[in-house]
Amino acid sequence: MDNEKKHFFDDPNNVKRVLRGFYACCVVLVVLDFVIHRHIYHSWENLWVFYPIFGFIACVVLVEVAKLMRTVLMRPEDYYDEFESDISDRPDANQGHRAKSGGHDVDT
Amino acid sequence: MWILEIPPFLPFFIAALLAAVTRGTLRGVIMLALPVASAIHLWTVPEGVHLQMALFDYQLTPYRVDKLSLMFGYVFHIAAFFGIVYSLHVRDTVQQVAALMYAGSGLGAVFSGDLLSLFVFWELLAFTSVFLIWARKSSRSYQAGMRYLIIQVLSGVILLIGALFYAAEHGSLEFGFIGLEGIAGWLIFIAFGIKCAFPFMHNWLTDAYPESTATGTVFLSAFTTKVAVYSLARGYPGTELLVYIGAAMTCFPIFYAVIENDLRRVLAYSLINQVGFMVVGVGIGTALAINGAVSHAFNDVIFKGLLFMTMGAVLHMTGRMNGSDLGVLYKTMPKSTVLCIVGAASISAFPLFSGFVSKSMVMSAALENDYHLIWLMLLFASAGVFHHAGIKIPYFAFFAHDSGLRVSDPPNNMLLAMLIAAVLCIGIGVYPAAMYSLLPYDTGYNPYDATHVLAQTQLLFFSALAFVWLNLRGLYPPELHSTNLDVEWFYRRLFPVAIQSLFAAIWKLDGALRRAVVTRLQKYLDYLSGIYHVPSGLLTSSRPAGSMAMWVAIFLAGYLFLSFVY
Repeated sequence: MDNEKKHFFDDPNNVKRVLRGFYACCVVLVVLDFVIHRHIYHSWENLWVFYPIFGFIACVVLVEVAKLMRTVLMRPEDYYDEFESDISDRPDANQGHRAKSGGHDVDT
Repeated sequence: MWILEIPPFLPFFIAALLAAVTRGTLRGVIMLALPVASAIHLWTVPEGVHLQMALFDYQLTPYRVDKLSLMFGYVFHIAAFFGIVYSLHVRDTVQQVAALMYAGSGLGAVFSGDLLSLFVFWELLAFTSVFLIWARKSSRSYQAGMRYLIIQVLSGVILLIGALFYAAEHGSLEFGFIGLEGIAGWLIFIAFGIKCAFPFMHNWLTDAYPESTATGTVFLSAFTTKVAVYSLARGYPGTELLVYIGAAMTCFPIFYAVIENDLRRVLAYSLINQVGFMVVGVGIGTALAINGAVSHAFNDVIFKGLLFMTMGAVLHMTGRMNGSDLGVLYKTMPKSTVLCIVGAASISAFPLFSGFVSKSMVMSAALENDYHLIWLMLLFASAGVFHHAGIKIPYFAFFAHDSGLRVSDPPNNMLLAMLIAAVLCIGIGVYPAAMYSLLPYDTGYNPYDATHVLAQTQLLFFSALAFVWLNLRGLYPPELHSTNLDVEWFYRRLFPVAIQSLFAAIWKLDGALRRAVVTRLQKYLDYLSGIYHVPSGLLTSSRPAGSMAMWVAIFLAGYLFLSFVY
């Protein structure tokens, strides 16, 4: 892949730029919370920047709980196979197509 | 007019028949033309009962049209159309025929005016769709298909029993409001619930859908669960229990979706999550909530179809579907990447994308009806769906770590199908009034007020911020080759193990019993033969010549005697 052309995210600076733009959007959204008058349907919405905080915490909780679930629920990929007869590999019906249309390097 | 009486499933069944006997371009033309003709026809059909017949004492209505069924009828045509375009390159006749039959069965079900017709299409949905799973032709897909079929047919059987009870209770088979009353109400509710992937009955979906072919899953995601949502909206609107069931459905799958590696299984979990929103809407049952449920079903068919299509494109080109094996495909699949992001933005309900204009109705209805806790759960699920479907799917497939895979964009027909769906996602998001005008109720709802747009954008951006933060801190769980235990463990592991050990114990006991009986018998035989198995004994096989001579003498004497008598 040495002769592959440079793509957008190959340059770490571009990644940084995108992230900075994203952070800026977040800041703007928080500021807007104080500018735009919101109709309130639920008392919790009166809280300061309720939605941003809720969104952030919800996702962190989601991921942390999911990680905890892994310790209990995770099994090897072939966990069920030994009980479901002779599945050792996973033959794929699309293999034929892959050989024809995919699999080749379009950049070379 | 006779043409009115052509129910929408008929063109699809005819197309399936023709597709079975034709090949190549002709088949492609037939498969595209008949659904389009059927859609145009459906557009002109007025509301009302168009087909009715009598069976014994019962009135059967295989074709009834009203606003609720029309909405699903339209979107099923759209889904069938982009599904067919997407699978035009497939040469497997079984798949093509099954897909058309499956779409037709879905249409048949939503236009069924009585429970018996509904049952027929309910079972047809199962029997036709299972071929789309088996079409993968791997032993894994065969077994998943078997489990899928058993569960789906079970749902149908429960529906039939429920319908019979309903007929006994009400003296009619008409499919209208049913409600949770009596045995019939509960049985039909459970039948709908299985197909709707209620918690603990949901695992057939995440088990079977990811095992289907790249094209098959696109069809699968559109029909079965939406038919179930339609049926709930018809039979159980305003059933409070549904609010809690739906809220549970929105929340629990997202945890699984975060740790799941197979990206199409992630989408399957996210499908349950989206259906949860619809079920909550049906459960609340107000005009706004029903509108929200129906329009969300409408949009979900399109954006979930789009997401499954982009993942199908990845599978088709790379032969892989695990997040851990994919990445950086954006370099060589730029079009698929953009289309996937459109689908992701739609399912995450970004303003100007389709999910936004429908999900918000359910959320607003939840608040209006004082379901505060439910509203918080839905809000959590909204943040979560962005996290796993909106970010995770495009990120791990097209960005993330370099997998070394360099494959081109998929064939043009696949791209075109994705483009159609993507245009619809954006079109509905930008101009929701067109879709709103088709909804069962007129509520004058406007999703684009400043409050709502700001709140949703804040929620989504800060969910994304959480993803970025977790990723940069290295806290985000890596994609791992794994199986995560779910309810299926009971019937795929515990049950077989229990049955196996039970049968092992039974065979052991059986063997011991048989041996004991045989030994005892042998002893009796030995004893009996000791007494009788002697020359001239009762059981002997060798008799002395003398006894035969004596018997001959006895017979002759008998003859002599008889000749004297007569």
